[in-house]
Amino acid sequence: MIEIKDITKTYGMGDTAFQALRGVSFTIKDGEFVAIMGPSGSGKSTLMHMLGCLDTPTSGTYILDGKDVSTLSDEALADIRRDKIGFVFQSFNLLPRTTVLRNVMLPLIYADVEKAERHTRAAAALSASGLPESHFLHKSNELSGGQIQRVAIARSLVNDPSLILADEPTGNLDTKTGEIVLGTFQKLNTEHGRTVILITHEPNVAEHAERIITLRDGLVVSDSKAHTRRHAKHHAEMNTS
Amino acid sequence: MKLEDTFEETYTALSANKVRSGLTMLGIIIGISSVIALVSVGQGAQNSISSNISSLGSNLIEVLPGAARTTGSFGVSAGRGTAKSLLQGDADAIATGVQNVVAVASEVSGRYQVTAKGTNTNTTVIGTTSQYPQIRNLNIAEGTFITDGQNLSLAKVAVLGPTAAADLFGTDTDPLGQTIRIKNVSFTVVGVATAKGGTGFNNPDTTVYIPATSAERFLAGSQYLSTIDVQATDAPSMAQAQVDITALLLQRHNIADASLADFNILNQNDLLATVSSIAQTFTILLGAVAGISLLVGGIGIMNMMLTTVTERTREIGLRKAIGARRRDISLQFLTEAVALTLIGGIIGITLGMLISFGISYFGILQTSVSLQAILLAFGVSAAIGITFGYYPARRAANLNPIEALRYE
Repeated sequence: MIEIKDITKTYGMGDTAFQALRGVSFTIKDGEFVAIMGPSGSGKSTLMHMLGCLDTPTSGTYILDGKDVSTLSDEALADIRRDKIGFVFQSFNLLPRTTVLRNVMLPLIYADVEKAERHTRAAAALSASGLPESHFLHKSNELSGGQIQRVAIARSLVNDPSLILADEPTGNLDTKTGEIVLGTFQKLNTEHGRTVILITHEPNVAEHAERIITLRDGLVVSDSKAHTRRHAKHHAEMNTS
Repeated sequence: MKLEDTFEETYTALSANKVRSGLTMLGIIIGISSVIALVSVGQGAQNSISSNISSLGSNLIEVLPGAARTTGSFGVSAGRGTAKSLLQGDADAIATGVQNVVAVASEVSGRYQVTAKGTNTNTTVIGTTSQYPQIRNLNIAEGTFITDGQNLSLAKVAVLGPTAAADLFGTDTDPLGQTIRIKNVSFTVVGVATAKGGTGFNNPDTTVYIPATSAERFLAGSQYLSTIDVQATDAPSMAQAQVDITALLLQRHNIADASLADFNILNQNDLLATVSSIAQTFTILLGAVAGISLLVGGIGIMNMMLTTVTERTREIGLRKAIGARRRDISLQFLTEAVALTLIGGIIGITLGMLISFGISYFGILQTSVSLQAILLAFGVSAAIGITFGYYPARRAANLNPIEALRYE
């Protein structure tokens, strides 16, 4: 459960101050699939940093699972990210020359999970994101773009987060591979009940979510259900077709 | 983050860039091994100098005549050792009147032409007493040394150093019982000393020893001694013995003011201390030169770590985004730096020991690697890892995750 109220973020001071967010409020319930959309400069990246606890707002409150995280210290935010948030980035950000399995296990190392359990949980997350088991011990730079992004999705899942934050997850992929990745998110949302927040500037990507929040100049301009929701085929269907 | 995982991450990171890690480590290896090897050479030199000095005699105090002065208020000094001030009576008084004295020997020395049948040599002749071998660590290979009886009877007997014996009689003839002539006086050879090796200007192996009384009567023509050798019971009592001897001789010579003493006392410990301090300075100098190369190696580590942090900025951003705390990141990079220096340190210590064993093995110098030097080198390499790894690690830990993730 995410509740944000009157969030503002100002960069810089005095005359050069720039207000990236100017009072944003919304609530996202557990199990929702929300897209946050807007052109560049609309404040969606800043909002993503707030939602992902990478940064704190200048004013306003952010309550994540009943806890106010808007005034926490950097170190406390690191703990929140570790326990409650899974990130998927446009540029994947896997460790190079490292096996798929180790990449997925990385968040568990910081959570002090036992070695045997790390392995089981990483394998489960990889299966949920649709990477075949034969690829588990491949090095991350030996995989295709779509496979890499699914490893990244598995990594975001592995710590059993309250929300998955995907920042332009299809930005570096071709349309067809992007579809598969979006399908994976839809499957995680519908079948596993994961809360997914998708940040994108492309309307046809946003339409894969069930709710779309549109930002412009640091304000929410619309917040509604997707009119024509697209259903992407996820990997399992792709493989059989 | 568990320690075990930190080590695993370190291993992965270091082995990902083997050449770079190896070259960085090489700096530390060269630094540490040169510290170990050079300090061991310095200490070996120190030991060899000390043992050379000890071979002069053990717990030795030498009493030498002072400078001769002409009488009157404008007396001219003729230089140290020229005075005729020491007598056999002084030596006897020291033997009986000073505590902590084990042995006393008088010396009446001079340089003379020594001849045997058809051969001759010019060498030092020392007239001395029976306790001389004990004080001077001189061993007798054949025959006997000069006895008290021979001193009393002004016997014309001689003991030869091994080189002197070979010069006069060759290696085939047994010198015992043969006759040598010094200043046209015949002496019978009663003993030959074992070889000791030279120590500076006087080589005991070429010396000829005769009774002190005979030297006074037949060679010097006076009863003045050139040296009184005194052996103290042990090293700690030497200083007190020296004070007591000074007081005794001042009294015997009727001198009230110690600065006008007509004799000088040399203490072997003082000599040892002086020479050791020179050798120690030499060791420190060698260590300092090696230390500079160690410092350069440490800067190499810092350079590599800074490059690594810059190169892996995005990785650091990712690690922070998925929940690594500042401590996790700084510990990871610090461990990398410390691992490099410790592994380099261990290899360096091994290499340094091999070099110093090599120097000993090939007989250049008997080196000695002390545990202290090893522990110091180990401590220094760990300290270098922490010191030069701290700044890059802190830089990594303080990176802003948002900016780090965007870093190109």
